[in-house]
Amino acid sequence: MLKVEEQTPVVFSSELLAKFDEVKGRYPADKSKSALLPLLHLVQAEYLWVSTPAMDKVAEYLNIQPIEVYEVATFYTMYFLKPQGKYALEVCRTGPCCLVGAEKILSHLENKLGVKEGEVTADGLFSFRGVECLAACGYGPVLQISPEYTFYENLTEASVDKLIEDLKNK
Amino acid sequence: MSRKLLLEHINVPGINTLEVYRQKGGYRAVEKALKTLTPEEIVEEVKKSGLRGRGGAGFPTGMKWSFLAKPEGVARYLVCNADESEPGTFKDRYLMTYIPHALIEGMIVSSFALGAKVSYIYVRGEMMPQIRILEKAIAEAKAAGWLGKNILGTGYDLELYVQPGGGAYICGEETALLESLEGKRGNPRIKPPFPAIAGLYGCPTVVNNVESIAAVVPIINDGGDEYAKIGIGRSTGTKLISASGNLVKPGVYEIELGLPVEEFIYSDEYCGGIANGKRLKATVAGGSSVPILPANLTLKYANGEPRLMSYESLSEGGFATGTMMGSGGFIAFDEDQCIVRNTWNFSRFYHHESCGQCSPCREGTGWMEKVLHKIEHGHGNMEDVDLLWDIQRKIEGNTICPLGDAAAWPVASAIRHFRDEFEWHIKEPVKSQSQNYGIANYATPIEKAPVTEEK
Repeated sequence: MLKVEEQTPVVFSSELLAKFDEVKGRYPADKSKSALLPLLHLVQAEYLWVSTPAMDKVAEYLNIQPIEVYEVATFYTMYFLKPQGKYALEVCRTGPCCLVGAEKILSHLENKLGVKEGEVTADGLFSFRGVECLAACGYGPVLQISPEYTFYENLTEASVDKLIEDLKNK
Repeated sequence: MSRKLLLEHINVPGINTLEVYRQKGGYRAVEKALKTLTPEEIVEEVKKSGLRGRGGAGFPTGMKWSFLAKPEGVARYLVCNADESEPGTFKDRYLMTYIPHALIEGMIVSSFALGAKVSYIYVRGEMMPQIRILEKAIAEAKAAGWLGKNILGTGYDLELYVQPGGGAYICGEETALLESLEGKRGNPRIKPPFPAIAGLYGCPTVVNNVESIAAVVPIINDGGDEYAKIGIGRSTGTKLISASGNLVKPGVYEIELGLPVEEFIYSDEYCGGIANGKRLKATVAGGSSVPILPANLTLKYANGEPRLMSYESLSEGGFATGTMMGSGGFIAFDEDQCIVRNTWNFSRFYHHESCGQCSPCREGTGWMEKVLHKIEHGHGNMEDVDLLWDIQRKIEGNTICPLGDAAAWPVASAIRHFRDEFEWHIKEPVKSQSQNYGIANYATPIEKAPVTEEK
């Protein structure tokens, strides 16, 4: 994961840095480390994953040690530490969703996309994984698609097929 | 129809906008609080209301507020816990999606009461759509003068920010949430000191659930005494219940505390019964952490009296025959659901979400997951059931935060009430892979329970 030499350096755009500044302004001046989680989300929304050089840049921006960024990025499950599909599908696999068929949706996705959990399709468009409770238990099975985290609820195999076709034609 | 305090206007078109929310009487509580009440009087009203924390612990909110230290010259913070991640719970998402100003109004009143000049709403990262909704609503409120400098000309200043989490159940624990808000891993802190003394940035801090904060609005509008008239006993007011699982109408319902559980499950006003004409086998009444109960004990106490949706009634009988209100995540299991499989699923969840600080939880949750996986997949031994019991006993009470207990209780209660089903999985390793144990005697009234199990 943290192989620096394999990853190209990043330069954050001025638009992204302006967003960074806005976020940093939410906290007391000497507590800007609080911006770390929101900043990593902004980085991920821009690059679709969080690379080590990007984390180093975030550390530089917040004036903290790179390890402080790595330990956070590896603790929280939302940050992708390797490239994902353009549409990263995350299906809830926790109890209440399983009561209404989440496991079937996961295996259907595997067949439909022809890749295993965590892998990216050859065209680079899709990847999927099971995640823990997404707090939409009454509308299960559910999946979300990053980076916008749009929700799709009450899934059936047919609605998943339609969703994938729609995304392909987008 | 029971009274609705939080969701009264939920179906009004445009209620998510400031304009419509205001037309329906929104922000009256801010006017009343800032112009006519002192912070102490607001705390007093909340105390009188008997409001109990809606996040899961059920600790009286007014009392929590009164513990807040107020040293001179030190900032105080209010942090709203919108990290809703307890499996089975999705009420806060619902409230924030459809009526975001209810939370913002509650935040303004509560921040004023606590003397906070900057407040944060910590929303779980997966809820990006809700974060966008809240940020838009905050911008609206600020443009209209409900936030910012000198609110309503009273001299009170308040900035309100939304903080996204990163995807970690543990950040729903208040000290882990504060660590996360400080830009660190979500490792719960050792208490004391409690956040009321040293919370965010070491300053006195109150952390409250979304629903608790939203409930402050009707409490201020109608008065704490009026609020306390709703409900039953020490369970005052209304509660949002997230209903999921095999129900005809899963969703979020606002109930007056004290509603019979049977009415909640079967009446058309609420869940409308069990889906597909099946029978109820079991429920988890308050989110995945609370003990699972078979259908018979869900509907009635062991002595046959009806069980009600209230903090006291749900816990009647202790862990032997009762459960807990928790966060109000009500999960229903129909007759074809497998308790072993569900217990394994929940154990995997807790193993995945353990922060890793305390050995009993870090090691124990993984161990339980493995043993349960073994039993579920037809490779279990009889000793495994006792082993599971032993492991959960050694986690419970031996960790810094309640995640350990939360991981132990579902396993303990599943064995306590459904041991037959675990043993059947072990005795019938092949059959259990293709069929379910079924409802057995779990729906039979206790006093008539047969001594031997049904075929």
